[in-house]
Amino acid sequence: MSENKKQLTARDIRATYWRSTFLLGSFNFERMQAMGFCVSMIPTIKRLYSQKEDQAAALKRHLEFFNTQPWVGSAIMGVTAAMEQERANGATDIDDAAISGVKVGLMGPLAGVGDPIFWGTLRPVLAALGAGLAISGSLLGPLLFFIGINICRALTRWYGFKYGYAKGTEIVSDMGGGRLQKLTQGASILGLFVMGSLVSKWTSINIPLELSRYHNAMGEEVVTTVQSVLNDLLPGLAALLLTFFCMYLLRKKVNAMYIIFALFGVGILGYWLGILA
Amino acid sequence: MTTMEIILVTLVAAICGMGSVLDERQTHRPLVACTLIGLVLGDLQTGIIVGGTLEMLALGWMNVGAAMAPDAALASVIAAILVIKGGQDKGTAIAIAIPVAAAGQVLTIFVRTLTIFLQHKADDYAAQANFRGIELCHFAGLSLQALRVAIPTLAVALVAGTDTVTAALHAIPEVVTRGLQIAGGFIVVVGYAMVINMMRAGALMPFFFIGFVIASFSNYNLVGLGMLGACLALIYIQLNPRFNQAQLPASSTSQKQLADDELEGL
Repeated sequence: MSENKKQLTARDIRATYWRSTFLLGSFNFERMQAMGFCVSMIPTIKRLYSQKEDQAAALKRHLEFFNTQPWVGSAIMGVTAAMEQERANGATDIDDAAISGVKVGLMGPLAGVGDPIFWGTLRPVLAALGAGLAISGSLLGPLLFFIGINICRALTRWYGFKYGYAKGTEIVSDMGGGRLQKLTQGASILGLFVMGSLVSKWTSINIPLELSRYHNAMGEEVVTTVQSVLNDLLPGLAALLLTFFCMYLLRKKVNAMYIIFALFGVGILGYWLGILA
Repeated sequence: MTTMEIILVTLVAAICGMGSVLDERQTHRPLVACTLIGLVLGDLQTGIIVGGTLEMLALGWMNVGAAMAPDAALASVIAAILVIKGGQDKGTAIAIAIPVAAAGQVLTIFVRTLTIFLQHKADDYAAQANFRGIELCHFAGLSLQALRVAIPTLAVALVAGTDTVTAALHAIPEVVTRGLQIAGGFIVVVGYAMVINMMRAGALMPFFFIGFVIASFSNYNLVGLGMLGACLALIYIQLNPRFNQAQLPASSTSQKQLADDELEGL
């Protein structure tokens, strides 16, 4: 029974990896990453199905709505490929609904894992480190960011597909296990910690508004400004409050662009009134 | 600008345009896009600095789910051209980049709507089992996204150095440019707020405050702070009973587990 088993070759896996890096190329508001997913699955479909009607059915199956964090999408392609392979080898219990179900079932949770790790932690942390170096004109900044993030991306894609393919449907049950949760929680902690320090370190708000001016016992003039009071209390407090205000506005679904424009307005008005410098 | 520079800049813009829809190799991030523009315009150093400055602003710009970030690609490319060839100072160029990012976002929405037609074309090809047809539809969508950045960039590149544009940019009053620079100092918090909101980790917020307080009262650099954060994350996971339970049931009796479940149910 296994003498004629259809299986993906190493070449198919390489082709899928390469194609998957264009997953979002035709992103649209109707079915999002559907076309990209379908194009990534083409090597698999070609390998497994020789009948034209089977190919058409498989292509149609993978043109359905799909959307996830792009890099973890590779793992879903791996699982899907494993299911297609079993199906092509005669597993009757794997029908269209099962394949779509696994795709849809994985895309949400994996995006939930991938978004905080890659967009919420890895990229901001690497970009922050890179930008810090770049401000002083060092080429090390962009290089650190670009090389660092692309190594992580390529490894996630390559091993994600292989892992998904090898584990097949098993990965679904692994979602319930603690490993992924540990990873997401750890990433969130690191991300929040770094964000906290960035709010303090990389935000500059200076409020030179004078509160009082007097001569002390030594005859020196002492000027108290809002900023000096704030610095005595907690440096960076103004930045912290502003951050929370932005979080509140964003939660209220205020468009981030409006907030940015409003803050530009605050900057201009504040400078004009002499409150900000 | 020379013809060669215009061609190279348009080419870089196309690559960054693809980058911003793919979100893959991150060529659309200011850090990379501005550096590339600096490279082709012969002023790498300035490109890097503009990139670093804009990157801080764009830290929280990300595509999550169907939500779309402002267009970092268009903003970066145009800001870098304005500084290097338009003779603008960095603060002004970055202030100009923000509305450009908003305009780019509108363009992206437009192209993502156009691509729906390609999606339906691909459906027809799927029915015929036409692999090449689907691939063509897919990469046509990608090409449209490349043009989305390349065409506006070409337009800017053609007029960037001219006297009229320079004069118009210099006519901006000082209160506006200085105000924009001041705003640039704290506008980053919008990005931070987006990242923090996305992590939706209410119970983990103490770690945010620990980071904030340590950074406020110390001179540690980001590498040091990053290591501290990583250690805290490891300690938290090692001590969190939720993650240790997986190993416990082997030693604990089934009755005890039942009691745990009952407690959770309350």
